Amino acid sequence: MSAVVLATDDIYVAQNIGFGIIAAVMIVGALKVVTSKNVVHAALSLVLVLAGAAAQYLLLAAEFVAVTQVLVYVGAVMVLFLFGVMLTRAKLGHEADLNNRNHLLGVPVALVMLGVIVWVLIDGFEDTRLPQGDQASPISIQAVSDSIFKPYLLPFWALSFVLLAAVIGAIVLARKD
Amino acid sequence: MLINNFLLLGAVLFCIGVYGVIARKNAVMVLMSIELILNSVNINLLAFSMLHGNADGNTFALYIIAVAAAEVGVGLAMVLLIYRNRKSIALDELSEMKG
Amino acid sequence: MLAHVNDSAGWFLEHAWLIPVVPVIGFVVIILFGKRMPMKGSEVGIASMVGALVLSIGTAYQWIQRVDAAHGGHDEGSAIARGIAGFGRSLSAAASGEESTYVAPVIKSWTWWQSGGLEFGLGQHIDGLAVMMLILVAFISVLVQIFSLEYVRGDRRYTHFFAALTLFSGGMLTMVLAENMVQLILGWELMGLCSFMLIGHWWEDKANSRAALKAFFTVRVGDVGLLVGTAIVFFGANAFAVDNFGSNGFSIQAINAWAMSGEASHDVLLWGSVALFIACIGKSGQFPLHTWLPDAMAGPTPVSSLLHSSTMVVAGVFLVARVYPVFWEGLSIPGSSVNFIVLIGGITTLIAAFLAFVQNDIKKVLAYSTVSQLGLMMMGLGAGAWIAAVFHIFTHAFFKCCLFLCAGSVAHSGSHHSFDMKKDMGGLRKAMPVTFACWMIATAALTGFPFLAGFWSKDEIIATVGKNGYDVFFYLGFVSAFLTAAYMTRATYLTFFGTPRGAAAGEHHGDEHGEEHEQADDEAHVDALVHAGAHATAGHDAHDAHGHALAHDAHGHDAHDAHDAHDAHGHDDHHGAHHGPHESGKLLLVPICILAFLSIVAGFLQAPAFGESFEKLKLWVEPTTAPIATDDLLVGGFGQSVAVAPRAAAEGEKVCGYVAPSPGQACIFPAVTHPPFSWAKAGVATIIVFAAYAISFALCSLVYGTRRNKLQGLTGRNKLLGAGHRFLVNKYYLDDLYEKVVVRAVAYPISQAAYWINQRVLDGTVDAVGKGGRRTGEWIYRYVDQGAIDGLAVNGSGKAASGTGGALRPLQSGKVNQYGALLFGAAALGALVLVIVNI
Repeated sequence: MSAVVLATDDIYVAQNIGFGIIAAVMIVGALKVVTSKNVVHAALSLVLVLAGAAAQYLLLAAEFVAVTQVLVYVGAVMVLFLFGVMLTRAKLGHEADLNNRNHLLGVPVALVMLGVIVWVLIDGFEDTRLPQGDQASPISIQAVSDSIFKPYLLPFWALSFVLLAAVIGAIVLARKD
Repeated sequence: MLINNFLLLGAVLFCIGVYGVIARKNAVMVLMSIELILNSVNINLLAFSMLHGNADGNTFALYIIAVAAAEVGVGLAMVLLIYRNRKSIALDELSEMKG
Repeated sequence: MLAHVNDSAGWFLEHAWLIPVVPVIGFVVIILFGKRMPMKGSEVGIASMVGALVLSIGTAYQWIQRVDAAHGGHDEGSAIARGIAGFGRSLSAAASGEESTYVAPVIKSWTWWQSGGLEFGLGQHIDGLAVMMLILVAFISVLVQIFSLEYVRGDRRYTHFFAALTLFSGGMLTMVLAENMVQLILGWELMGLCSFMLIGHWWEDKANSRAALKAFFTVRVGDVGLLVGTAIVFFGANAFAVDNFGSNGFSIQAINAWAMSGEASHDVLLWGSVALFIACIGKSGQFPLHTWLPDAMAGPTPVSSLLHSSTMVVAGVFLVARVYPVFWEGLSIPGSSVNFIVLIGGITTLIAAFLAFVQNDIKKVLAYSTVSQLGLMMMGLGAGAWIAAVFHIFTHAFFKCCLFLCAGSVAHSGSHHSFDMKKDMGGLRKAMPVTFACWMIATAALTGFPFLAGFWSKDEIIATVGKNGYDVFFYLGFVSAFLTAAYMTRATYLTFFGTPRGAAAGEHHGDEHGEEHEQADDEAHVDALVHAGAHATAGHDAHDAHGHALAHDAHGHDAHDAHDAHDAHGHDDHHGAHHGPHESGKLLLVPICILAFLSIVAGFLQAPAFGESFEKLKLWVEPTTAPIATDDLLVGGFGQSVAVAPRAAAEGEKVCGYVAPSPGQACIFPAVTHPPFSWAKAGVATIIVFAAYAISFALCSLVYGTRRNKLQGLTGRNKLLGAGHRFLVNKYYLDDLYEKVVVRAVAYPISQAAYWINQRVLDGTVDAVGKGGRRTGEWIYRYVDQGAIDGLAVNGSGKAASGTGGALRPLQSGKVNQYGALLFGAAALGALVLVIVNI
């Protein structure tokens, strides 16, 4: 990465700017997902967040996960969501009562949780840097596959069964009989 | 880059997702909020994976994506079933769990 | 004196861990193959219990040998001679040096699983207490299973009944010989699970499944205390245990030594003991969590008798007795005149005794009697009467089991499956002479009739409590003895004296059975209908059409003759043949008679009035009270057998429990006091008991007799008495408090979620067992159940405690979002608390 290094602090500005933009988009998108009055808009905002997440994964040097994220989430899961929206709602458009009556209850809960997490994170990782430049040792796809098929083989199998069960379960549940 | 950038982003997304789960009435919207939560977790996992130079975080992020796909599949199928039976997916009308 | 025992402890002692394994294997076999066996799996259940009993007897025999060998020159003859020489223990004071002879427990441990550098063992800790409980549990289980053969014959879930009963005993045996707290919790929870299955055995009736849930949840409230207490004690004892014993803070031996070592912080001991005692409150039905116990009567009678005599409810008492040093030090038992345990025990024994007066259900009288007796045991333990309380566990098991089985026999053959004393019993002494005789013996034993089992144990508790300075509770013991005698007289009168009423008078309960109709009968009825439908013969159709009322008629009876005895019609045949009450069959009577016999003689194991040789239980069961060199106590690492050569403490050494042991030494048991037997106190107790008999009998014959008089309906006329009566009938409104206030407001969503998990866990467990992995089942149970339920419960109570209850109260709506809000809110607050505490 063509590095523009700050003289005082060896921080890659381009990365930081990229991160900031994507993060802002993601947060706005996420807020839209939970506040939008239109289900389809919410779903599209979710696409934004998920794509943003994929970009963040790239910044974290996890290309394979990013690609998978795009394929699975942005591709498959979102289509599923849109189908779900279409199949369960006749009208596509504005809907007044998407929220619970006492939805404001969520605000203090979320804020308290955010407060606790932020406090702990700032306390714990005050200025811990991610390795970058020469120190960085990006995780190769080979390392990931070694990890999946060696120490985490059993979870992998279990996951295969979960997916199988989910496929069968989804068919059984959604089937008109 | 500070690792806190990513961790705080994850925290914000997580809390927004939590708010969504609590506040939303529409079952599909709740599922979307759950996706937000799962993604925030993934960001954290990958950030730590990079910090420690360890592939485990990547592995688990992949597993979470797979589980999330399964969850959405089954979840939407259930929503569909509920809709078929009740012509509504408003969660506050589903109170079978009320005692 | 110095005594040595050869290192090999004997086969049975070395292999005592097999005892719980046998029933567990039996359980698996019954579940897998039971239905295809000729006796539907019951033979496996009984065989496994007999196997466990044989092993227990072998263990007990070798343990006694070991004790006798350790006591060396102290031969039997001289002991008897001393015993004859004079009543009372004062003469044997010179021989008190023998008390310090150390008989090493046979401890073994294998690594079960490891996590984070911590080893969790499974093993055995065989000492006197364990041996006594093993033999007791195995013996009672055998008798109860034999009784069940006849009692639940023809039940729809006959096989499952025996499976659960066997696993239940297995759980108790696991707990009894637990080497460490984790194993103890395993057995404890196994019992909780099985009690849930057994109490809810006839779950089709909503009341029964409610009772099962209530028992499960009430006990679980206490179980939180067990987990917390175990954790506290673990963190307290771990360093000490690792340094001195090479084990970890779960080892019971190490915990005991740590508690007595003087190194333990008093705060840790205090909170640990309080938390552990909360678990005992739940499990042993102490006030204020005793409410589940009478409701647990919804289960079949053999279950009640097993639960209430030697297993489930005794588990709490056993836990206190097991890690007694923790309580001894934590609650400062010596030298105080009131503490948490003794207070709870005292309250329990009193309020339960009062409640027993207003019950009309014979089993509920016995249930409250059990609660009351458990309170007495706890009171004894709290006041330092360790051996007396343990002895009361022993004797109580026999006569209470006998009483329950008698009640079952009465219901089975005398009152047509009704347990209502007022409606369906009375005057049964003529129809059921054997049951009556056994009932009388057991009642006399329970109430403390001189020289029967209860006399010795109860008097010893009261005497020790008095001697240790717990004066209030000393008198309370007498009051409790009076009340016990009085309510048991009332129950006896209502059941066996007076005029026969209802079913006891031979009346048919056709349609007027209604709600008090016992479930077994409904079962029989339903089965009859199903069966009849399946055969579709003319006779059966007739039966079908006429329903249950006709089952007693000769007409219906004929149609039944075709069926074999295993069929549900067994009951009906039986009743069709003899109208009205009659004596039960041999299968029911034999266990009852054995227990009645033991109710007479069991007391002589510890009858200090007759001298030293009648204090066998103390000799065999009580651990040494002198400091022992730590090297001798040393538990060899995991996976090794430990046989420690016992060594006596030198004369004049410091006494455990009052002074910290010197370096290099450890104590495993405090020096509890043993008051000399006093004929005066025993006499007073006897007079009180006889007075209670007389007063209660006189009142009963006035109130319940046939002649009209002023006393009848007094509670209806006198306002004050009426209010008192209502207060008692409503069980002090505790249930209302729990269900209407606590459960509705706070715990309902949580318990719903827990119930849901519970259902799944049960299914999961059964599946796993079906696939051949008991271990898998345990794994699921431990993680899902423990993790999920406790996680939820703990989070929930954390939330409630932090004062947001008011804001969240309107949320018990059954709505997913709000549960989500509760969950996340609780997690956030829990995290907040943790962060604040940490910083």
